[in-house]
Amino acid sequence: MADKIFENAKSRHTISLLVENRFGALTRIAGLFSGRGFNIDSLTVAPTVDPSISRMTIVTRDNGQIIEQVIKQLRKLIDVIKVVDLCEEDYVEREMALIKVESEPENRAEVLRIVDIFRGKIVDVSATTYTLEITGDEEKLGALINLLKPIGIIEIARTGKVALGRGNKVLKL
Amino acid sequence: MKKSGAEIFVECLLREKIDTIFGFPGGVVLDVYNVLFDAPLRHILSRHEQGAVHAADGYARASGKPGVCLVTSGPGATNTVTGIATAYMDSVPIVVFTGQVPTRIIGNDAFQEADIVGITLPCTKHNYLVKDIADLARTIKEAFFIATTGRPGPVLVDLPKDVLAAKGDFKYPERAYIRGYNPTYEGHAGQIAKVVKIIARAKRPVILAGGGIIISGASEELRQLAEIGQIPVTTTLMGLGGFPATHALFLGMPGMHGIYTANMALSEADLLIAIGSRFDDRVTGNLEEFAPHAKIVHIDIDPTSIGKNVRGDYPVVGDAKKILSKMNPLLKKEEKDWLKDHEEWLREIEEWRKNHPLTYNNQGKKIKPQYVIEQINEATKGEAIITTEVGQNQMWTAQFYKFTKPRTLLSSGGLGTMGYGFPAAIGAQAAFPDKIVIDIAGDGSFQMNIQELATAVQYRLPVKVAILNNKYLGMVRQWQQLFYNRRYSYTCLNSNPDFVKIAEAYGAVGLRASEPEEVRPIIEQALAIPKPVVIDFEIDREENVYPMVPVGASIRRMLLA
Ligand SMILES: Cc1ncc(C[n+]2csc(CCOP(=O)(O)OP(=O)(O)O)c2C)c(N)n1
Ligand SMILES: [Mg+2]
Repeated sequence: MADKIFENAKSRHTISLLVENRFGALTRIAGLFSGRGFNIDSLTVAPTVDPSISRMTIVTRDNGQIIEQVIKQLRKLIDVIKVVDLCEEDYVEREMALIKVESEPENRAEVLRIVDIFRGKIVDVSATTYTLEITGDEEKLGALINLLKPIGIIEIARTGKVALGRGNKVLKL
Repeated sequence: MKKSGAEIFVECLLREKIDTIFGFPGGVVLDVYNVLFDAPLRHILSRHEQGAVHAADGYARASGKPGVCLVTSGPGATNTVTGIATAYMDSVPIVVFTGQVPTRIIGNDAFQEADIVGITLPCTKHNYLVKDIADLARTIKEAFFIATTGRPGPVLVDLPKDVLAAKGDFKYPERAYIRGYNPTYEGHAGQIAKVVKIIARAKRPVILAGGGIIISGASEELRQLAEIGQIPVTTTLMGLGGFPATHALFLGMPGMHGIYTANMALSEADLLIAIGSRFDDRVTGNLEEFAPHAKIVHIDIDPTSIGKNVRGDYPVVGDAKKILSKMNPLLKKEEKDWLKDHEEWLREIEEWRKNHPLTYNNQGKKIKPQYVIEQINEATKGEAIITTEVGQNQMWTAQFYKFTKPRTLLSSGGLGTMGYGFPAAIGAQAAFPDKIVIDIAGDGSFQMNIQELATAVQYRLPVKVAILNNKYLGMVRQWQQLFYNRRYSYTCLNSNPDFVKIAEAYGAVGLRASEPEEVRPIIEQALAIPKPVVIDFEIDREENVYPMVPVGASIRRMLLA
């Protein structure tokens, strides 16, 4: 299992984009992926400090040489200002998840212990459920989900990855 | 003084030095048409919006200037889609303006509403919906800028009725600045120097020139390159006219219906210099077996063309004209007897040419389509503007007309749109009223935009239509003959109309030739008539286009006549 995750992670690329914060930009980018048969594993988008520019993080899988085409095609879009494949350098990535689990009296302590180990937070409690918040990289989230599965995950919402290059590596105009 | 959106729109066109537009009116663009009524600008009314877009496209391809098209919302807009996709595939600079329902009811399934921006997203270089009159002038400036720069292409601007009716200040920006759009023109100097060395080392080089040569206006530089280096040249369908077909170094078009010598040269070359060509599958055939011995130099303005279908060993991104004019002086400086160095290679090519020339059987009493094209070529000295439809007519034209000048062949290469040629000829004639413009047509394709006869007649555009009438969807029939055991499923056009009468009914002239002796005199007769003329050439019905490379085969595996 761990091997498999690692292998997937290797063929995956995390692409960072600066795009015009304009209606239609997201559609163009999503359309490019679907129209040319590229995969999207996750996509996040939100404005930057400059409200006219959004930053997008796209995680895509590479089948062959395609990643180079993907990046060139993205650069060709008029609404796309900058594109970088973060995997070419060192970078940090994080994802947040909200996970609702069943909280039976006999497993409450167990859930709290796991949340604590993973430095998560309980953000909602009801008679029968706990909702927890967790932030981390892919492996951390995967490990947590695996531990919670036997207890009973009712639903889960993940943000998709956001990422930044380390240190002086900055994506700017 | 405040101007209405409609006035600003027309003013912007004038600022862009647009003197002719092609269009078709409707409800939401009435305000614009009201301004056009007495504007110093020619509007050509097509009879179908597809015709208007193809005409704008033909105008652009023939002149190098942007083509402009104006239509109404909903069905007017959706009727433009084929024309836009055609221009997109062949990198043609057109700007299509569509009317749209008022902004406050967009998304409500209003009368004649279509999400044309959504529909054309994948077949435009870029598109816009203008929601505020304050953005109108800048958007139009950007639209022309994007359409005509870098790798050109169609841009669509959607104009809601209320934006056209609103009043606003008019200020036309001097320049468009788009931070996400910076085409590369200058090739990388180091890479150019490297390529020169690679070319100097090659023993069996061949140039593959595509439409990019014509778009960038690099024909002269291409000729110099070929002559300095004594390098044979093959041009794709889109590149025909970019290098004189009468030149000793010209090999003809390669690919599925390519000339034997061109396909063999590509297959045996040790260096392929591709310029402004995106390696369409109709050119390469089976990719694994394409140019198997060659290193590939790939010069293209569009980085996505490089490495997409074919590995580019030495890519140079930039404008063909700019790059070639830097390369040529460097090549000249190479201390080298090019002719002597390529002697063996050129001799081999000469052998192919001699042993497998482009031929057809011109015996018998029936008119051969190839003969018609040869005669048109002679009668026009290879200098007419020729448009084609799609099918056998297109391939025979590419093979038998000797194009010597750029922008003289207008043909839908990438999309292969039947019905393109006739409206495109109208657009070309509008750009060049005094030139001979001939649509070499198929009987099937001509019927796809035959209504544009009314446009040609109304605006006295004396285009000629030479129908190679085989009463078949001939190219499809050819495939059925060769690969489907002669099962001619739905490709027979026995109930074609009488094209002579049709022409006459529209107020054009109709002529017919049924025997080979009539061909040349009828061509001369048609060329002498200063009106639109339709010539119905009743050709040998089951004539085929050869050479032919079956789909998926290597281009050296040609079926010959
Ligand atoms: C709009 C469109 N529909 C269908 C086709 C498929 N197609 C390619 S060639 C051809 C036959 C064209 O017939 P015609 O215009 O008579 O030309 P010919 O091959 O007989 O010269 C067809 C149907 C096409 N290229 N374009
Ligand atoms: Mg036909």
